[in-house]
Amino acid sequence: MSTERNYDEQLTVKFTYPMPYRWSVGEHGSVFFNEIKKNRRFVGVRCPSCGMVYVPPRRVCGPCFRELDEIVPLTDEGTIVAFSTVNYPFLDPATGVQRPIPYTYGYIRLDGADNIFSHIINETDVSKIQVGMKVKAVFREPEQMQGNIQDIKHFDIIG
Amino acid sequence: MNDVAIAGVAQTGHESRKDNMIYADMVFDVVTSALEDAGLTLDDIDSVVTVSNDFLDGRTISGMAVGDASGGQDKNISTVEGDGTFGAFYGLMRVLSGYGASIVVAHSKGSECDIRYVTNGMFDPIYQRLLGIEAISASAMQAGEYMQRYGVSEEQLAAVSVKNHGNARNNPYAHLPMDISIDDVMKSRPIADPLKKLDCGPVSDGAAAIIIASPEIAAKATSTPVWVKGVAHCAEDYMIGDRDLAVPVALKDAARRAYDMAGIKNPAEELDLVELYDAFSYMEPLWLEGLGLAEAGKGMSLLEKGVTTMEGSLPVNPSGGVLSSHPVLVAGLVRIIESVLQLRGQAGERQVKNATSALAHGINGPCGQSHCVWILNKDK
Ligand SMILES: [Zn+2]
Repeated sequence: MSTERNYDEQLTVKFTYPMPYRWSVGEHGSVFFNEIKKNRRFVGVRCPSCGMVYVPPRRVCGPCFRELDEIVPLTDEGTIVAFSTVNYPFLDPATGVQRPIPYTYGYIRLDGADNIFSHIINETDVSKIQVGMKVKAVFREPEQMQGNIQDIKHFDIIG
Repeated sequence: MNDVAIAGVAQTGHESRKDNMIYADMVFDVVTSALEDAGLTLDDIDSVVTVSNDFLDGRTISGMAVGDASGGQDKNISTVEGDGTFGAFYGLMRVLSGYGASIVVAHSKGSECDIRYVTNGMFDPIYQRLLGIEAISASAMQAGEYMQRYGVSEEQLAAVSVKNHGNARNNPYAHLPMDISIDDVMKSRPIADPLKKLDCGPVSDGAAAIIIASPEIAAKATSTPVWVKGVAHCAEDYMIGDRDLAVPVALKDAARRAYDMAGIKNPAEELDLVELYDAFSYMEPLWLEGLGLAEAGKGMSLLEKGVTTMEGSLPVNPSGGVLSSHPVLVAGLVRIIESVLQLRGQAGERQVKNATSALAHGINGPCGQSHCVWILNKDK
């Protein structure tokens, strides 16, 4: 008995189901999102050794290996440090469906912070965006807020 | 092997959900505590090994996310994706190759993922994974094969659960200290035949850290050093169908090499305690056979003769073992930590009298695909 070895078809097994997670936000992160909800502004945390203000707040300053506890109120404004207008299709990890393109991803230095925060900039015409421009956060309405990064809708360019 | 010491140890309490902690918070706690325990500072450390799993954490290159909290800034940091005993092996090798001291830190939060999905992800995606096999069902088949081969009964195995949950009552870090009977185990909810709920360890959130040091750094430490006398690991086939699940050959090999390195001829007499990775009740007798402490199929006789109880000549899992606390990956590192505490005489209510030599054991992969064996001693 012989077996056909030269089947034409090379097979593929597909696996398309997402893995579910429920990540703790932690005490510092919870302050960050609660502050957005309550006061519509950002907060950072200051290192007692080097003075760096980190946003979002976290528990440890890596270079100093110090515990951080001093929460620093910031505003809702910052400055563009870098940006990219994205033109390729990509499944939105938050919704599982494709996000409308183009959209602009930005690195933003929030006023009073020393590190860089990242979010969406509400402008897709590259000729209208420049590094150094001031931006202001647009938040969701309080009743729509869920205590996550999407409570910030995007940043508007204000000058 | 050149002299290497374990100079600092720390673990979190193990529990079902650490709601207020992100991974980095737990890592920072245990690294800070391990340094404090050793009386060392980050300046004494030149190597950091983190232990994590991307599927568990739900992020790619999960080790990088705890770099700051592990003290890894400006240091040679690397990650082991596997049990903490294997991470410790890497930390040890770095010290043997000339580093002064390694922090080894493991974290996991079973509460944040669907652990069935995650352990299902261990298996071959083409032939096994879509059938739904995961750690519990695979282990249930191993339990069944072991019991069938040697005529071991469910009631016999239930005694392991009674002992280890009972020992956990003396361990302030344990997730499930319990005063239970064989009848309680037998009547507990069926999970996957022959395993009932109380035959299975819980899924815990937890973290642990140790500091592995050269004799020079160990001499600076204020803690009592515990010395690594022998260590080995060995793996067998990936596909569980290619293995004899009732005979842990990888463990036999790892144990033999670790004993040789430590100069141990008769482990049953020379060891004072064993901390092994008993994720399920049947694993304790099976691994004791692999460790050469019992003949094939006779692992249960040690408990039945009282040898492995707290009062016996070779207590096994005085801490309550993995049956009572199972932070995945972290659990193996906890076996080393518990052994160190015993050899220092700092194990509190769970202290084994006059402990000078201990064996710590960890596993990786389904049904103990690979095993890591550590022989630790009070004396250099
Ligand atoms: Zn700092």
